[in-house]
Amino acid sequence: MTTEVGSETEVKKDSEQLGPDKAKDKPEEASETPVNQKSRETSSEEAQDSSSVPAPTSQSSPGSQKKEKASPESKGISRFLPPWLKKQKSYTLAEPKDETKKRTTGEEQVVEESEGQTSEGVAQPKKSLEEAAAENQHNVKANDKEEKHSVSSAETQPAKDGKETEVEKVAEEKEEKQEEKEKRETKEVQTVEIKTEIIPQKSPKKSKTVQCKVMLLDGTEYSCDLEKRAKGQVLFDKVCEHLNLLEKDYFGLVFYENSEQKNWLDSSKEIKRQIRSLPWIFTFNVKFYPPDPSQLTEDITRYFLCLQLRQDIASGRLPCSFVTHALLGSYTLQAELGDHDPEEHRSDYISEFQFAPNQTQEMEEKVAELHKTHRGLTPAQADSQFLENAKRLSMYGVDLHHAKDSEGVDIMLGVCANGLLIYKDRLRINRFAWPKILKISYKRSNFYIKVRPAELEQFESTIGFKLPNHRAAKRLWKVCVEHHTFFRLVSPEQPPKAKFLTLGSKFRYSGRTQAQTRQASNLIDRPAPYFERTSSKRVSRSLDGAPTGISDQSLLRGLPTTGGQAAGDKILDIEAAGQAKLKEGGEEEDGSPVKTPQLELTQDGKRHASRTEGPCTGVSDADKSSHETLDIVEEKKQAEVGIEETLVVDETNKGKMQVATDAGEACKVEHLSKKDSSSLPSDSSSSSSSSESEDEEVGEYQPHHRAIEEVIREEQEEEEDVKRKEHEEKIQHVEATAEGSKLSVPVEHTQVTTEDLVQENAVTIATEEKNLSEEIKQDLGEEKEEEQLRLNGDVSHVDIDVAPQIICCSEPPVVKTEMVTISDATQRTEISTKEVPIVQTETKTITYESPQFDGSAAGNAGVLLSAQTITSESISTTTTTHITKMVKGGVSETRIEKRIVITGDADIDHDEALAQAIKEAKEQHPDMSVTRVVVHKETELAEEDEE
Amino acid sequence: CRQALRSAAGPEVDFARAEREYQLYVGVLRGKLGLQVLELPADESLPDCVFVEDVAVVCEETALLTRPGAPSRRKEVEAMKKVLESLNLNIVEMVDENATLDGGDVLFTGREFFVGLSRRTNQRGAEILADTFKDYAVSTVPVHDALHLKSFCSMAGPNLIAIGSSEAAQKALKTMQQMSDHRYDKLTVPDDAAANCVYLNIPNKGHVLLHRAPEEYPESAKVFEKLKDHMLIPIANTELEKVDGALTCCSVLINKTSEL
Repeated sequence: MTTEVGSETEVKKDSEQLGPDKAKDKPEEASETPVNQKSRETSSEEAQDSSSVPAPTSQSSPGSQKKEKASPESKGISRFLPPWLKKQKSYTLAEPKDETKKRTTGEEQVVEESEGQTSEGVAQPKKSLEEAAAENQHNVKANDKEEKHSVSSAETQPAKDGKETEVEKVAEEKEEKQEEKEKRETKEVQTVEIKTEIIPQKSPKKSKTVQCKVMLLDGTEYSCDLEKRAKGQVLFDKVCEHLNLLEKDYFGLVFYENSEQKNWLDSSKEIKRQIRSLPWIFTFNVKFYPPDPSQLTEDITRYFLCLQLRQDIASGRLPCSFVTHALLGSYTLQAELGDHDPEEHRSDYISEFQFAPNQTQEMEEKVAELHKTHRGLTPAQADSQFLENAKRLSMYGVDLHHAKDSEGVDIMLGVCANGLLIYKDRLRINRFAWPKILKISYKRSNFYIKVRPAELEQFESTIGFKLPNHRAAKRLWKVCVEHHTFFRLVSPEQPPKAKFLTLGSKFRYSGRTQAQTRQASNLIDRPAPYFERTSSKRVSRSLDGAPTGISDQSLLRGLPTTGGQAAGDKILDIEAAGQAKLKEGGEEEDGSPVKTPQLELTQDGKRHASRTEGPCTGVSDADKSSHETLDIVEEKKQAEVGIEETLVVDETNKGKMQVATDAGEACKVEHLSKKDSSSLPSDSSSSSSSSESEDEEVGEYQPHHRAIEEVIREEQEEEEDVKRKEHEEKIQHVEATAEGSKLSVPVEHTQVTTEDLVQENAVTIATEEKNLSEEIKQDLGEEKEEEQLRLNGDVSHVDIDVAPQIICCSEPPVVKTEMVTISDATQRTEISTKEVPIVQTETKTITYESPQFDGSAAGNAGVLLSAQTITSESISTTTTTHITKMVKGGVSETRIEKRIVITGDADIDHDEALAQAIKEAKEQHPDMSVTRVVVHKETELAEEDEE
Repeated sequence: CRQALRSAAGPEVDFARAEREYQLYVGVLRGKLGLQVLELPADESLPDCVFVEDVAVVCEETALLTRPGAPSRRKEVEAMKKVLESLNLNIVEMVDENATLDGGDVLFTGREFFVGLSRRTNQRGAEILADTFKDYAVSTVPVHDALHLKSFCSMAGPNLIAIGSSEAAQKALKTMQQMSDHRYDKLTVPDDAAANCVYLNIPNKGHVLLHRAPEEYPESAKVFEKLKDHMLIPIANTELEKVDGALTCCSVLINKTSEL
């Protein structure tokens, strides 16, 4: 098992390139900061969630470590979690051992597939399609069950191998290190990842495979069995391997919903989260049409491009003239039939081919006539000629989307390598080259582009288009993001970081850019592969020999994931992990899950949450300097899949606390701050050409801002007021709690102005981590400073800065975390407003009263009142309520912290869910005010990183 | 065919001189450049029939017979149709009664079409052109303060747009630059009218450019004379210019050998 595990880890490491670095950084930080409390809390939370669930952490640790390595955050979390999980695993292990052992081989295979994608067709017979289907239908519920199952299986494997435990321990240790600093945040993220990871593994064990059918370009069908939890990349790689295709970055898998809407399978996300209907049927298509096909390295790549174009032409998607139809058709004949043979090629030989939507006898005659002129061309040459002519077609590589302009006129938006084209009927009425576009955004069913000001104009303009629905808008937006990244950037942008400014979907193109794929294809060193130009039939491969250790890990992972509500579990896990770190190996090995959870609970739930959130935000702001930042990003990614929303309702007897009465207001404030931030990035981007591309991306983020601005200008004003109030309130709180804190606050403000507040906050969280934070500040400092300066006008920013500082002075690093959370809060507000169409973004916003807690931290007693889990078909909501009563300086404070985890596919209206959660929180505690709203959105993108 | 030339207010057209200029124009194409020139019979009932460019757009093997924006010119299409049919071109007729298109509003760059939306050409006409030439992008360009898009621009080389200096011309150029995926070189001449020139790429003769004579537009002629790779042929067009005629208006270039 250990050996296997090791291999797995390596694989993960490779995949996780970014992750390991982060993880490394994190461990250091983690070691510095005491995570005991966190671990306790997490353990308690986990215990509450489900007794069965806790086990996963331990199991997850090995698997999670690997995965986590890919995504530092996730890894760290898993590591921390493992102790509890291990314990649970041990329980489970005893029972299912036999089964698990048997399954292990299959599982291992599965795991390998998922991780390395190497094992292709190892369809585990044990897995029943029915089960998989059921799982799909009831993703959340099924996940829980599956997780449990997987856990059991995982446990069994570990039991078999004593080595496994050792491995896990090691992993745990690593995790612990990482976790210490980031523990809370990372834990959350990790848990999420773990869950996902586990699930796939589980599926194999219980025969949760799903049969996939992929329609290939040559008209043949490729089918294989995938774990239900497999990510898109697994399938895509299988298909490409089947096709013997190396230059695969130009291609993608498409699935259709409602038989009309064409969706690209996100390779970084689980398939089942993207495709709802059970028959998994995809088509293999060209996604990015290379502007110059002659620069493709391999003929086989050109061949597939030709096949795609023939489809496009025959279907009418790629319009061309009669002459061009005939010419392209003649090259097709030459490529597929060779030289014209009067004997063999009778008059009707052409009729079998379709060259055009409306093929006429005249056209066929013309094709035949031209075919005769191509004598001597090899198939590859004929394909090249075909492409040379096809690439000149005006609609070559243009992805059209129906839309309406601002006046309601039907138009088409075409996304291509060079930018965005606007068509009315067949006419091009406008064009926006990528360099001209500052931002791309969508809100609900509206799609916006912010355009660089023209030569004589001073102001950039935002142009809005109305798409048929929200999904269409998002689809268009994603296509734009992908095309821009692929064709314009040298390397894909990092997924949006947790800068407070970033809102909405954190979706980024995660594949290689054209520049990268060209570079990579230059390294292709293989003899030109032979391929049949007519339909080729191949049998799906099955890979064996997946390391058992991997499977075990997967199982372990699955156990943690048992909490169907991934988001909630994640949060809990994170905290637990942090605590676990403090306890470290000993506890983990012992695996007293109960203890850890208790600790977590006892500890300040708020603090944990705040810490986690704070680091996340800080992380987002800072690039790599802080592991946390990386984690944040991942979390955001995950957020797309499931949104973790944490509502903290602080009720203060003091009037000060009341300031933020409505979470919505806070949200608004946050929105405002976001807007400001968004504006800043855009400006910076505009200044430099290189930044332009980034700016565009930023613009994508910014789009939310835009929408907010446009729609919610009024609200913004209100929000600003609210924010100011909140800030005041916050300040007041600080003062009330600790005088020293008050003093510190002003000083901090000054500091903050110079540096990025957000970053500072993150830094403040862990004193030890300060170095990291400083680095981050340096990195981000310039941008942030600018932003801050701009934002300075906004009270919210100032407040945030102050709060962190206060925390530092009066209290331990925990306070700092709170500061961070505050910065996040601004972002949240945006989310809550629902203005951010892209729910996917992982933004964490927290409004903090941290000073109070800090002061009372020693005496604070946390009581976990209840943990509720409500699962609906599409949404799983987990609510954890912490009520803390504190007495400071004669002032009694009751804090109710609710953690609501909303798990669901990207389709869920997160904004609505959040608003509902806030509303419910208000209703339940009418006499209290909502002071903090922290939203964690986790997207599956992180998962990709992990793998 | 230049008897009752419709004209805006302005000096009278010297028909004799117009005739001489026209003959020079044809003579250059046929004699000096060796092109086969098919002259449409003059029809005195159609005063504008000399401006054949407006009634047909020919690209490769396809010819689009337009529906001129001026109702008085609609019948000009019939003569053009007969000639084009004799060339075995794939002919498309614009039958939509809501569509109008003057060839003078159609700028074909070799890579794409720009269609000026003017008093003579409307959106529907442009759409039909786009449907006719599906291989190419067809972008619309609003035209103000000029009769046609090509009243202030034309192609002066394979990748070269000659453009006038007026505000309307420069604005149209910006629009075209924004709409195109391709970057064109531009040749800016002081006079809008001089920006309308006739470029031909003739085997064995290379780049040939018919441009307005230095006597007419000396400053613009100097600009053309800087083109070193072109065979430059100055041609006066003083009389037809009085009725909005430009160099390109008097011919439809067809890359095909007539079998007649």
